[in-house]
Amino acid sequence: MKPPVQIEGLSKRYGGLTAVQDLDLTVRAGEVYGFLGPNGAGKTTTLRMLLGLIRPTSGQVRVFGARPGEPGHLRSVGALIEGPAFYPYLSGRDNLRLLARYAGTGAHRVPVVLDLVDLTDRAGDRYAAYSLGMKQRLGVAAALLKDPRLLILDEPTNGLDPAGMADMRALIRRLGAGGCTVLLSSHLLGEVQQICDRVGVISKGRLVAESSVAELRGTAALRVVAEPVDRAASVARALFGDDRVRVVDGALELAVPPERASAVNAALVDAGVAVSELRLRERDLEDVFLELTSGGLTHVA
Amino acid sequence: MWRSWQAEMIKLAKRPAAWLLLVLAQLLALLFTYLFPYASYAGGTEGPNSDRTLPMLLPDQLVGNSLGGLPVFLGAIVLILGVLAVGGEYGWGTWKTLLTQGPTRLAAYGGKLLALAVATLVIVASLFATGAATSVVIASVESQPVAWPSLVDLATGLGAGWLIATMWAALGALLAIALRGVALPIGLGLVWLLAVQNLLAVIAAPLLDWVAEAQKGLPGPNAGSLAAALGATGDTPGVAAVVGGGQAALVIAGYLVAFVAAGGLLLHRRDIL
Repeated sequence: MKPPVQIEGLSKRYGGLTAVQDLDLTVRAGEVYGFLGPNGAGKTTTLRMLLGLIRPTSGQVRVFGARPGEPGHLRSVGALIEGPAFYPYLSGRDNLRLLARYAGTGAHRVPVVLDLVDLTDRAGDRYAAYSLGMKQRLGVAAALLKDPRLLILDEPTNGLDPAGMADMRALIRRLGAGGCTVLLSSHLLGEVQQICDRVGVISKGRLVAESSVAELRGTAALRVVAEPVDRAASVARALFGDDRVRVVDGALELAVPPERASAVNAALVDAGVAVSELRLRERDLEDVFLELTSGGLTHVA
Repeated sequence: MWRSWQAEMIKLAKRPAAWLLLVLAQLLALLFTYLFPYASYAGGTEGPNSDRTLPMLLPDQLVGNSLGGLPVFLGAIVLILGVLAVGGEYGWGTWKTLLTQGPTRLAAYGGKLLALAVATLVIVASLFATGAATSVVIASVESQPVAWPSLVDLATGLGAGWLIATMWAALGALLAIALRGVALPIGLGLVWLLAVQNLLAVIAAPLLDWVAEAQKGLPGPNAGSLAAALGATGDTPGVAAVVGGGQAALVIAGYLVAFVAAGGLLLHRRDIL
């Protein structure tokens, strides 16, 4: 079966500005893939190229094997790109009915998707009167009209309140569990961490990392607050080697399995070091993200 | 394209601005073609339209009277309609919404043009209908005989009016695509239709032979010539027999094709941002 998304050597340049550079990315069937990057990294440009809204300068994109412009390229694809956009003089329901006509799905899907995003009660109101969160939910409803096999969502929780964000994540998880492949772009790490199977991190138009969230976060570290810290560090280095010991904010961070905690404590106490704190510290995705997107790393496979 | 056309028809029919333009077109045509001249006739006053005698307002003049506004002011209204139908997608950012539902750009564009063609036919037909009703009322009030143009003349007039109106609407669509919006295309389109065309005809053409010659190739003067050939009076702004009616119809059709093709090419090639 052809992968839902296959991107090879994709680049987009606007004059001297490179928005996306030599990007390779594959989204596998059934996974929820997080496309992570700071604002302006090239996420939306990539998604627009995937949907045929922007032509690549070079490289190829395929959706279920079809290139943009080929018949049926978007037959099984639903998308919400860079915020919702609808006709302000129509109601939410009429907007969806109209789009269902473009999609050729028939109007029977309209009440279904309105219910999915919990907008049935306000579906008769004019779109212009919707709150930002309602507009966003209508955007997701429109993306679901075709009952898509691939759902592309660009920052889907933008404008939603905390409850709305939680609902949206639950909906995406439900869709993913139901077999729908989801490509989700976000700059919200918690969001990606909670719902994505794999993530690709993009920075300055380049993919700088691609792996599962767990792999990206790496192994957990032991954080040790001890006095004197220099002596503690030298004891730890003697035990585990230089590359596993870091001094961060006056404390030790040891890249060792958590079950070594008691051994670490004993060794430090034996060496006359006063240990005041010893705990497992899971590496935050935010740390990884900032490290990857700050230009420190050029490529992580 | 069929599905896109249906969707575009719904959008136009549910858009208050489209109805406003239709009403405005009727109102302008009614006022300037019938009511002001009739008031002038009834009051016996002298004015710019005082040569419009009563016979000019009767049903047998329906074709020319219904076409007289299309070279300039009714043309401006259908140009605005063309800009709104296409430019709104840029203004609201809805191109991406509708294109990600599946239709190709050209299918969506084709649907828009077909819907615009239906809208211009409705506008032109309603101009004929309003004109017919008004001229019958004037004839009965003035105890004049009611004689209608032949069916062939009516059909020719309706077709010519539709051609002119669709050409202007296609220009509006092209401007909206080229300038990716609503405000600037409407502004520039109106400047061309209401100011530049007039200045060329009234000021530049009498002074410079080459401008007078070049005018014969422009859309406005050809629209004016076609309207004049079918009976529109020469005292209506923009109506003048600069070229023959047949030639004018061909030139307008050529512009229609060119505007449609240029708009399609631009929409197909450019990125939707």
